[in-house]
Amino acid sequence: MNKLGLYVHIPFCLSKCPYCDFYSVKYDEDTAKRYIKAVQANILGYSGVKFDTVYFGGGTPILLWREICGLLGSIGDMIDPDAEISLEANPCVTSAEAAAALLSCGVNRISLGLQSMNDTELIALGRRHNAKQGAKAVEICHNAGFSDISADIMIGTPCQTRESLRHTLSAVTKLPATHISAYMLKIEPDTPFAKRELSLPSEDGYADMYLDTVEELKANGFTQYEISNFALKGHECRHNLKYWQCEEYIGVGPAAHSFYGGKRYAVKRDIGEFMDNVPQRTYITDDCPAGFDERVMLGLRLSEGIDLYALCDRFGIERKMADERLSKIPPALYSFDGNRLRLTPEGFLVSNAVIGIMTDIKKEDIWIRSY
Amino acid sequence: MSDNEYLSKIRNFCIIAHIDHGKSTLADRILELTETVEKREMEEQLLDDMELERERGITIKARAVRLKYHADDGEDYIFNLIDTPGHVDFNYEVSRSLNACEGAVLVVDASQGIEAQTLANTYLAIDQDLEVIPVINKIDLPSAHPDEVKEEIENVIGIPAEDAPLISAKMGINIKAVLEDVVNKIPPPSADPSAPLKALIFDSYYDPYKGVIVHVRIKEGTLKVGDTIKMMATGAQFTVTELGYMGAMQLITADRLLAGEVGYIAASIKSIGDTKVGDTVTLADRPAAEPLAGYRSVNPMVFSGIYPADGAKYADLREALEKLQLNDASLSFEPETSIALGFGFRCGFLGLLHMEIIQERLEREYNLDLVTTAPSVVYKITKTDGTVCYIDNPTNYPDPSEIEVAEEPMVKANIYSPSDYVGSIMELCQQRRGIFKDMTYLDRTRVELHYDLPLNEIVYDFFDSLKSRTKGYASYDYEISGFVPSKLVKLDILLNGEIVDALSFIVHADSAYPRARKIAEKLKDNIPRQLFEVPVQAAVGGKIIARETVKAMRKDVLAKCYGGDITRKKKLLEKQKEGKKRMRKLGSVEVPQEAFMAVLKLDE
Repeated sequence: MNKLGLYVHIPFCLSKCPYCDFYSVKYDEDTAKRYIKAVQANILGYSGVKFDTVYFGGGTPILLWREICGLLGSIGDMIDPDAEISLEANPCVTSAEAAAALLSCGVNRISLGLQSMNDTELIALGRRHNAKQGAKAVEICHNAGFSDISADIMIGTPCQTRESLRHTLSAVTKLPATHISAYMLKIEPDTPFAKRELSLPSEDGYADMYLDTVEELKANGFTQYEISNFALKGHECRHNLKYWQCEEYIGVGPAAHSFYGGKRYAVKRDIGEFMDNVPQRTYITDDCPAGFDERVMLGLRLSEGIDLYALCDRFGIERKMADERLSKIPPALYSFDGNRLRLTPEGFLVSNAVIGIMTDIKKEDIWIRSY
Repeated sequence: MSDNEYLSKIRNFCIIAHIDHGKSTLADRILELTETVEKREMEEQLLDDMELERERGITIKARAVRLKYHADDGEDYIFNLIDTPGHVDFNYEVSRSLNACEGAVLVVDASQGIEAQTLANTYLAIDQDLEVIPVINKIDLPSAHPDEVKEEIENVIGIPAEDAPLISAKMGINIKAVLEDVVNKIPPPSADPSAPLKALIFDSYYDPYKGVIVHVRIKEGTLKVGDTIKMMATGAQFTVTELGYMGAMQLITADRLLAGEVGYIAASIKSIGDTKVGDTVTLADRPAAEPLAGYRSVNPMVFSGIYPADGAKYADLREALEKLQLNDASLSFEPETSIALGFGFRCGFLGLLHMEIIQERLEREYNLDLVTTAPSVVYKITKTDGTVCYIDNPTNYPDPSEIEVAEEPMVKANIYSPSDYVGSIMELCQQRRGIFKDMTYLDRTRVELHYDLPLNEIVYDFFDSLKSRTKGYASYDYEISGFVPSKLVKLDILLNGEIVDALSFIVHADSAYPRARKIAEKLKDNIPRQLFEVPVQAAVGGKIIARETVKAMRKDVLAKCYGGDITRKKKLLEKQKEGKKRMRKLGSVEVPQEAFMAVLKLDE
């Protein structure tokens, strides 16, 4: 049977963080209950599938821990016994009661949005918790018995310096976390941050902070397995790996994306429309996905990289052409052993440009040369 | 009405004015007053029908229009009004228009007085024996001092201005007085409608349905539909399919054009090369003995390479240039090849504004993306073997060891300004290697400065600098005075160690170092970071005299996961690739078009 990933979007938050552009609405219990019912009906509608990873993302899924426990009970047959079941949590609403309940109904991985271990930075980010509460939340999950805990932090946020980031990294690595995600802040259009004048690091500042992060985490046993993801051995997030390895997954909820049945599709960012329509209405975003470009784009995000020649052969691209493209990339940015092409941390930092070169099928200046 | 009576009611005139003195506004008022254009169709700057003209508020192309005017003497008159450009670069357009007129209305701003360009164009008109009627505009402004301006007109130009109408074109004050002056002071054309045909082509353009449309002033004879015409310079013959007058909004067909009239001819002319502006049209079966004097051909003074951003558009660019040339005879071009930019054209312009206008017209009217190289002037080189050559492309500049004497073109520049700014103007001219000749006071507050300046120094941004130093009050005009020996060097720009031929230019040895530094800096700022470090160097004769470095790109990454939204990531990358396509690849370096433009504009 086809093993799939399941992404469930939980679009509820107590308040909206000013940098966030994920879809969410203000939490209220009645809507939440109705919402989970719609999610449940949608999932049950897929027959003959088995999920080996489940991911509750948001929003703030832990707000709905009771409802999620109920949901997991009703879809239990569709979930592989060895499945990884992750849930995103916000430190200020992470209680021992919720953690214990979630663990007992199958959730085995918690991803905590700590963002920083510096109180000033947390205020600048509009977060509701402080550093102490962040650390406490990790302890709570650990004490409840979770053996997979991810601590998410951000690089390049307002007020952050190289020194304060080092402090955050050293504090986070001392916690009982097994996985760390470190995302560089990107100012998304139409968020409050996009309208504010923020003092953010320069290009070089971002790069230095990122390289510090890679180095510091490595020194503490966290191996980098993706541009922004680091884990102790055996604690990589299997669900997120599916995205990058071009495997299929089903997304449920407004703004959720799916790759299923050979197509990529999405659900509108509208919770009302979602709850009123089972099955959820979707629109195709890509009806011919997982081609060469996409596999290069996704694969190069991973430390394991891509099997370049195998990909060339599979998609009918001359190996010579790949070699020629590779020659345009400075050697410090990648390694290639004739088999796997991997980016170095410096390479990850400019991966857009590298991917641009590796997927550029047209030969430039053909016209000038052949005229 | 007899032909002679008919002709006695015709007045052919143009309007001469400095930029911003209200010429196009006066033309608008005249159109309204003569009810040539219905009120509902009236819009500002009506005769400036080029989008670019409206946007910049200037006239680039001369436009002719036929009007009917019912004068105070009870008679109806026919006016052929020709709207002409004011800027120094378009002098050529003006002199062509003047040729089709018997008179000129000279518009002078009541607060600013006479400016350089007014004077230059007025002299052109006087040289061609035109009756010049002065008009003082903008009398509604608080700063207007019409009496002093009248005095200035009499002193500087030497024409009576005592009775000059005081008007406000903007407010519509006293416009009728101008029209009465046109009737009473400008003579009707004196010509013989029965003589062999002589018609002067003063403009032409391409119409997709009718072929080439030529604008003519009939000097002698009569032209009718069905006549077989002959172009006296090219010998080409055509049958007239349509002729008539230029209305404000459209062409008005007629049966014949008489000596003294201004009109258009369509004759299914397909080839642009067959109709030269300045040529004389005559009848094939009854040709004139000799052609009219025509126009002094203008020599372009500023040159630059124009290349299609997309190499495949080379043929489109050629076609666009050919069509533009028909409409603007002062544009010249020939094919050239650049190692950096591929195939393109070396184009000759009358000045920097002309160059900008042509570039914009090509981009807008013909939808082309262009890369333009730094403007250059023509240098006269005497080689050690005694041969003399003229170099208009820095790429062809000989090796210093082969040069006996290098000469550069000089201009005589007249600068008009309020006397407060003399110090600042002198400083500017000195920086530009100007040689001071003399200075005269036009009145108590205004001066005229004479300088000899190298053309090379004014093609870049002299006009802009002059304007900014004088709060916009100074104006200038120049004429080419010849070549003088000069210490010239070729400055090469290297990106990543390779010379970019399209960025090379000739400069005076003394300015080489500061300019090299400025260009290197500008390029550094305009070239985006690439995956590797890019050295930007400037060199003279192989010796590096300036260096900057575009640091290697360090961050260009989509860090976020977007909850499995892979399509969004893909789109972001595709968008990024689109942006790259608009850049020029020079060796291994991607250079955006703005970088080429930035080098052209080296402000203070």
